[in-house]
Amino acid sequence: MTMAAPLRIDQELCIGCGACVEACPHGALALLAGVASVNERCIACGLCLSACPVEALSLPAPEAPSAAAGASGGVWVWVEQQHTGVAEVSWELLARGRILADACRAELVACVLGAAVDEVAHAAVEHGADRVLQFDSPSLADFRAEAYAHVLRPVVEARQPAIMLFGATTRGRDLAGSLAADLHTGLTADCTELHIDAETGLLVQTRPAYGGNIMATILTPATRPQMATVRPRVFEPAVPVPGRVAPIERLPDTLAEYDLLSQVLAFAPSTSDENLASARVIVAGGKGVGNAEGFGLLSELAALLGGAVGASRAAVDAGWIGYEHQVGQTGRTVRPELYLACGISGAIQHRAGMSTSRVIVAINTDPQAPIFDIATYGIVGDLFQVVPALISALRSRVAADGGVGR
Amino acid sequence: MNIIVMCKSVPDTMDVRFDPDTKTMIRAGVATVINPFDLFAIEEGLRLRERYGGTVTALTMGPAAARRELQDAIAMGCDGAILLSDAAFAGADTWATAYTLAKAIQRIGAVDLVVCGRQAQDGDTGQVGPGVARQLGWAQLTYVSRVREVDPAAGRIVVERLMEDGRQTVAARLPAVLTVLKDANIPRTATLRGVRRAHRAIIPTWGPAEIGADPALLGLAGSPTRVVRVFSPPARAGQVVWLTGATPEDSAEALLTALAQEQLL
Repeated sequence: MTMAAPLRIDQELCIGCGACVEACPHGALALLAGVASVNERCIACGLCLSACPVEALSLPAPEAPSAAAGASGGVWVWVEQQHTGVAEVSWELLARGRILADACRAELVACVLGAAVDEVAHAAVEHGADRVLQFDSPSLADFRAEAYAHVLRPVVEARQPAIMLFGATTRGRDLAGSLAADLHTGLTADCTELHIDAETGLLVQTRPAYGGNIMATILTPATRPQMATVRPRVFEPAVPVPGRVAPIERLPDTLAEYDLLSQVLAFAPSTSDENLASARVIVAGGKGVGNAEGFGLLSELAALLGGAVGASRAAVDAGWIGYEHQVGQTGRTVRPELYLACGISGAIQHRAGMSTSRVIVAINTDPQAPIFDIATYGIVGDLFQVVPALISALRSRVAADGGVGR
Repeated sequence: MNIIVMCKSVPDTMDVRFDPDTKTMIRAGVATVINPFDLFAIEEGLRLRERYGGTVTALTMGPAAARRELQDAIAMGCDGAILLSDAAFAGADTWATAYTLAKAIQRIGAVDLVVCGRQAQDGDTGQVGPGVARQLGWAQLTYVSRVREVDPAAGRIVVERLMEDGRQTVAARLPAVLTVLKDANIPRTATLRGVRRAHRAIIPTWGPAEIGADPALLGLAGSPTRVVRVFSPPARAGQVVWLTGATPEDSAEALLTALAQEQLL
């Protein structure tokens, strides 16, 4: 079956080498009568383009930005509030937003939404915002993508920011997904790198796909704002400057509760131990932990290191620990300073959720376990011997100098 | 209750790598499966049908071959399936995909609930569910760990959502779009009877005309984003430093010394 897939193949140039067929993860390319042919599986991902040695493959070039697309355009950051306060990723976005705003000589704007959020607005100024848009309403007290998108949308349409950034958190993905749908603009998920292209002025967004095995660079050439969610702990947070002054605009409360489709009935905060996203240290266990009691040992070590407990899918599926602790593609993506993997073999799905941690320590009885391929430090041994030894060594250090670290 | 479950056909592997020397993708094969996250959506749809009655219809947008994944969904217990497949849909990003799915759901009509997986295993964005909800103007309930109750007569659903810092309990008006997490349920396997039914099932294929879509909003033409470059991630610097000592105590001491040097203690 031949169909008009977006990929173009120059049959004159094609030498029938089959490199593109090999390159396509979707099975969209085949050799027919000695030349490459594309079928309807093609999703225009572009993975084949660089595989072709004779540049016979192309995708339609993006349209040039329209005049409206270049209009006004600040760099806007959504300041996310979680149960315990402002999410650290928001300050990371303000720091990165500063660099982007300076590169396109634009204003850095913080959007603060909630009920009675004066303090948060001031904190946003101290963290570098040139302007704060404060949306204050009792109906914004609990996060609802619907309500937040409802108040943001008309202001975005009126002021036309060039760029809008959100943390790649449950709330950030929820809200950005709503707004981008409303505004018919591009949204790139889970970015790990953002910069402004010096020539075109476009936001260059890079993100992992296929569980981190592939990186893709994505542009939103013609529509505005260029929206992105950004993974926590990728950028350094902004350093607050106490007493810094910038305009705080309070927008009128336009939200009527009867317009909304949903209602928050309750919020049950998790224990700090469960909050993996913000943990600086994570002690994680896998199949090798053997049972729920084994996780008690890991909790003890985590407590001494001031960290949280994580788990592989195998351990969660076995019922030894709750799903909220799961790290990996089907659980949470984490990026702590220290990730201590105990009895985790390191399947690709697990690595996808933790491979960008700063220091990875692996303790495993199998020296061939794939976790050692990405580990900074490795110990081949039984975690039931090594972890208790670590606990008692840490305890004696505490006893010796009255405290371990920070 | 009329329930739509979304299921995407994805490569049956995450072990996709990019070889910078040959500039080719290294992959194990191109066999496809139902996106593993969507199995939880299908299961949730089937459980809700068991509790409240009604129908479960599987919906996907993809190549003609995605019919096989829809058959798998029927084999699990879905009543029927619809395939959205047309050259005009090709090259869609999350916006154009959500638009196409939303138009199809409007065409199906009288839908009470749409259930999706949290995200697709290949693209990993989690943006299509919210996009569909918003394009339909329906309530959007993402990261659902438990459906507490549905009152079809009153048109109300109550769910628990798992967030970084806690669990939110939300009530919403129907119709609604849910994205479910893996702790919502344990997906069932297909039965022999289901497999037989799947092979007999007539799965309609819809294109732009059937769903009444604006061609300018479909596929690559309707997609605001463009992928401009693909490359392999930078490798982690260096190799593993082995700290295995003669005794567990030696190993522990060596590790604590290393962690102190890394300023982690």
